[in-house]
Amino acid sequence: MKAFKVLGSGCKNCISTAKLIEDKAKALGVAVEIEKVTDMAAILGFGVMSTPGVVLDGKVVHAGGIPQPDKVADWLRA
Amino acid sequence: MADWFAFSLLGLTADSKLGDAVHFFVEDVTKIFVLLTVIVFAVGMLRSMMTPERMRRMLAGRRKAPAYGLAGLLGAATPFCSCSAVPLFIGLLEAGVPMGVTMTFLITSPMVNEVAVVMLAALLGWKITALYFVTGMTVGILGGLAIDALGMERFVEDYVWKIRMGQVVETEVDHSLRGRMAYGWQQVREIVGRVWLYVLIGIGIGAGLHGYVPQEFFARIAGPDNPFAVPFAVLVGIPLYSNAAGMIPIVEALLAKGLPVGTVLALMMSITAISLPELMILRKVLKVPMLAFFAVYLAVAFIGVGYLFNFVLG
Repeated sequence: MKAFKVLGSGCKNCISTAKLIEDKAKALGVAVEIEKVTDMAAILGFGVMSTPGVVLDGKVVHAGGIPQPDKVADWLRA
Repeated sequence: MADWFAFSLLGLTADSKLGDAVHFFVEDVTKIFVLLTVIVFAVGMLRSMMTPERMRRMLAGRRKAPAYGLAGLLGAATPFCSCSAVPLFIGLLEAGVPMGVTMTFLITSPMVNEVAVVMLAALLGWKITALYFVTGMTVGILGGLAIDALGMERFVEDYVWKIRMGQVVETEVDHSLRGRMAYGWQQVREIVGRVWLYVLIGIGIGAGLHGYVPQEFFARIAGPDNPFAVPFAVLVGIPLYSNAAGMIPIVEALLAKGLPVGTVLALMMSITAISLPELMILRKVLKVPMLAFFAVYLAVAFIGVGYLFNFVLG
């Protein structure tokens, strides 16, 4: 089980990012848990200034925009 | 093309009101969307390396005077959507950037940007563009200085000061030409996707004004002889929101109706820089007295700008 956090204020890009991870996980058959973090203090606490950001198992793996699908696949396979 | 569409295809005549409005609409839709796509793509390619994290480093620890100018220029060079305003605001303060400098950035960013500048220049000439740019920057810088002088840090929500960012995560940037082009296209999709509706509504209003509202109507309520036209334009603009691209067709139509340049620019600034949705977003980090100051300062500044231009150019 991989635990993802999508950091963002709830804007469109953040929703798209969460959906992208969910869809990829389903396609690859990987079990994931996705949590959306909208609290600004928490988001900046991760050191992320440009949203959406992605946290995988407690570590920031991406910041600033919707991630590339290939990258998402790499996270899921790792 | 607009001629062909409005007059040949729909069989409207050039002197009818509907024909006039439809012609304006088709012409502006074509012009503005082509311009918008080209500008956003070109600037996106150039700007692919200008991330918020980088701006933060550029502004942090700089002496005050250059920091204000730089914040204004960075605000002009970056179109931030309002959903990134809050993290950016906190990120800058956390890096020790003074409140005034941060606010200069937040004021200039929606009001002066490359899209507005290139479109104003292409459709209305470089003189109006230069006026708009210089006064927009001045309003932003003076606003930041005033906020700093009044010690308005105390009106920032307390939790903001408690945030510690630690190691800042960089936005990844692909520096290759392909990466930059991809970024440019992504910006086109994102920005055009966000603004197209405002642009269409703006063009619709512009077309309506163009075809249906008689010249005398504006001459009476907002012409050079009415001393209250400028404050009226600014007050009307405060609750309304549109982005700079959406305002261009309205500005174009109003100027064509003989409204004074100052009145029209004051309206444009008021609509793009202050709006209820933006104030609600800023409420997350700023207390009410600061927001009130922010709105009143900008309203007064825009009224000043309007009178100044009407006086200088009138």
